[in-house]
Amino acid sequence: MDVELLIAIFPQVLLDGLILGFMYALIALGYTMVYGVLEFINFAHSEIFIFGAFVGVEILLGLRSAGILAGLHWLPVLVLVLLAGMAASALLAVSVERIAYRPLRGAPRLIPLISAIGVSFFLQDAIRLVESVWRNAFNLVYPTMDALNERYELTSTIDISMKSFVVIAAALLMLWGLHALVNRTKVGTSMRAVAEDQAAASLMGINVNRVISLTFLIGGAMGGAAGVLFGVQYGLINPYTGFIPGLKAFTAAVLGGIGNIPGAMIGGLVLGLLEAFAASYLSLLTGGAFGAEYKDIFAFSMLILILIFRPKGLLGEVVRERA
Amino acid sequence: MIRAGVAVGLVAASSVLVAVFPRSILAFLAFQASLLWVYTARVPSWLRGALLAVALLVLMPVIGHYNGYYLEVATQVGIFVALALGLNIVVGLAGLLDLGYVAFFAVGAYSWAIFGSPHANLIFGAGFPLDPAWFYLFLVVGLLVAAATGILLGLPVLRLRGDYLAIVTLGFGEVIRVLANNLDKPVNLTNGPKGITPIGRPPVPFDLPYAETFYFLVLVIVGVVIVVNRRLEDSHIGRAWEAIREDEVAAQAMGVPLVRSKLLAFACGASFAGVMGVVFSAKQVFINPESFTFLESIGVLAMVILGGMGSIPGAVLGATVVTVLNLQVLKGLSLWLNELKNAGVTILGFSLADLPTQLEPAKYERMVFGAILVVMMIFRPQGIFPARRRERELVGAGDEQPAPTGATAPVA
Repeated sequence: MDVELLIAIFPQVLLDGLILGFMYALIALGYTMVYGVLEFINFAHSEIFIFGAFVGVEILLGLRSAGILAGLHWLPVLVLVLLAGMAASALLAVSVERIAYRPLRGAPRLIPLISAIGVSFFLQDAIRLVESVWRNAFNLVYPTMDALNERYELTSTIDISMKSFVVIAAALLMLWGLHALVNRTKVGTSMRAVAEDQAAASLMGINVNRVISLTFLIGGAMGGAAGVLFGVQYGLINPYTGFIPGLKAFTAAVLGGIGNIPGAMIGGLVLGLLEAFAASYLSLLTGGAFGAEYKDIFAFSMLILILIFRPKGLLGEVVRERA
Repeated sequence: MIRAGVAVGLVAASSVLVAVFPRSILAFLAFQASLLWVYTARVPSWLRGALLAVALLVLMPVIGHYNGYYLEVATQVGIFVALALGLNIVVGLAGLLDLGYVAFFAVGAYSWAIFGSPHANLIFGAGFPLDPAWFYLFLVVGLLVAAATGILLGLPVLRLRGDYLAIVTLGFGEVIRVLANNLDKPVNLTNGPKGITPIGRPPVPFDLPYAETFYFLVLVIVGVVIVVNRRLEDSHIGRAWEAIREDEVAAQAMGVPLVRSKLLAFACGASFAGVMGVVFSAKQVFINPESFTFLESIGVLAMVILGGMGSIPGAVLGATVVTVLNLQVLKGLSLWLNELKNAGVTILGFSLADLPTQLEPAKYERMVFGAILVVMMIFRPQGIFPARRRERELVGAGDEQPAPTGATAPVA
């Protein structure tokens, strides 16, 4: 085993893990907020996430084919794309709740979950259908912006690209904004009240349906932002790309304690780091017998272990069985 | 009497249609529809049984003689019927949402694939493939291995609540797939994404062609599975499952052993999938992890949901409809669209030849599964052929019963 190599790649792996972790954290928020309010796994959130990425790539491709992408500064373009992706995903999340979940509120708890799985599958192919008709392709590549691809050497072995830096900064900003919204505003208070006790909240004059829509709106916006950042960071997207990151983000939410917003952030970071280290170190440590391809198994096994041994997660409280 | 005549007439007429137009999908669909009609029509049960038996045992192989693809479709339908019936036990009777069901199918398939092909030589040295006659023993081996896998998975996770259980089984299904994809090293167990081939086919009685052999084999297994399901449903354990589905706490209070009953449900459901996995691998001659994706699990779930959770005829109908939709209707649409394109047809001034080449209806099975799940959940959660007990539960217990009167009225 090459100890020097292990140490040399450590900072780079740490950085990759952080980026992945912030991505998971942003997606996990959508799961955890909805779960906190409805005790329901919004299975379609992975598609709401990738939908944001598609809206982003469409805008960028549109700008490029109009010939103005190269002339623009990257920052306003990125802000525009992020906002558009967030708005689109938020809208999609709210519509999905309206159409497929709201009629099922109060049904046995597996019923809305099955509906959500259906929505997830439906959306995957719906995105594919639209892109196939529109572009005759559904594997899309994010147009590169040169300024974002510039790399800065921190030391001789580590460098960080501009886009990684931007992704981390944007994620931090978003998480801070959400935290402020939930804890410092009236809207946030009403959301927490509904999560605590729907009946009591409605007696206090809170419009529960509106708060639930709002929860989907905010969760969807975070997912959309994550989608755009995912596209900027990793480049290639297709309608099925969202599924595995979505599942892992759910793992992150469970890890942090589902229903708990800071928990989702921490869970996302922990999972991202663990996965990055598993991906780079497994093959080195086992002499090539097990490689990066086992990182998915690693994440899922962790999900299973947490659910069995500490279902309340790192920060969560015990979730009551709903009668 | 008129109905009986109509039933016989419909089956006969649709068979003639298929014989006259062996390439027409519509004719074959009409044949299937006539069987459905026979099943639901109010005719004497001996006639219903006789018609269905004649159709499945005689007419279907004859049709297959004219168009081999239909026999393939029928065999696939049979395989999925068995899978749907297995999942029906887990989801429909015991109320445990299993999203990784196809993993058990994979376990069965790989158990015969490894030993029924030269692949096992890579692991154990020499002496493989096993004689094809071992296939019949491996039907049992596949059953046992899958059941054991079900118990192994069930032991740690069955304490979890419903939605967590669903996610964990999903994770488990993915783990099995990723393992199958990557266990070509350090020990080459599954040959990774390249898959295993050639897998031995069972020796055939009376020189039947393979297609017919597999059709009858699947038919026999489906028959056994249906009988077992019927017996289970009204047995001690079947009622325990339904009690657990309705209310775990109450069931436990009535003395139902929770963990043991749930494990049994997992093992039973898994064993059907295991047997069919063995058949599947022999039929296909080649398997790789692509056949065992999450998509397949959801497909089987869609079959169960469409037909009606907990309902045996429902599972059969659901499996048939979804499989036929995938194998025939969507594929047929693709072919038809291509023909129109090549013929240069224009509709309202829009030339179909300009349609994007990526637009292929056959590739949109996820959309079909998804739409089935959502629409059924919203409009008809009890399914097309609801289980009688389940229907009462989902409609609302008191709705159709007359209000209790007199001394039996509950005191609020």
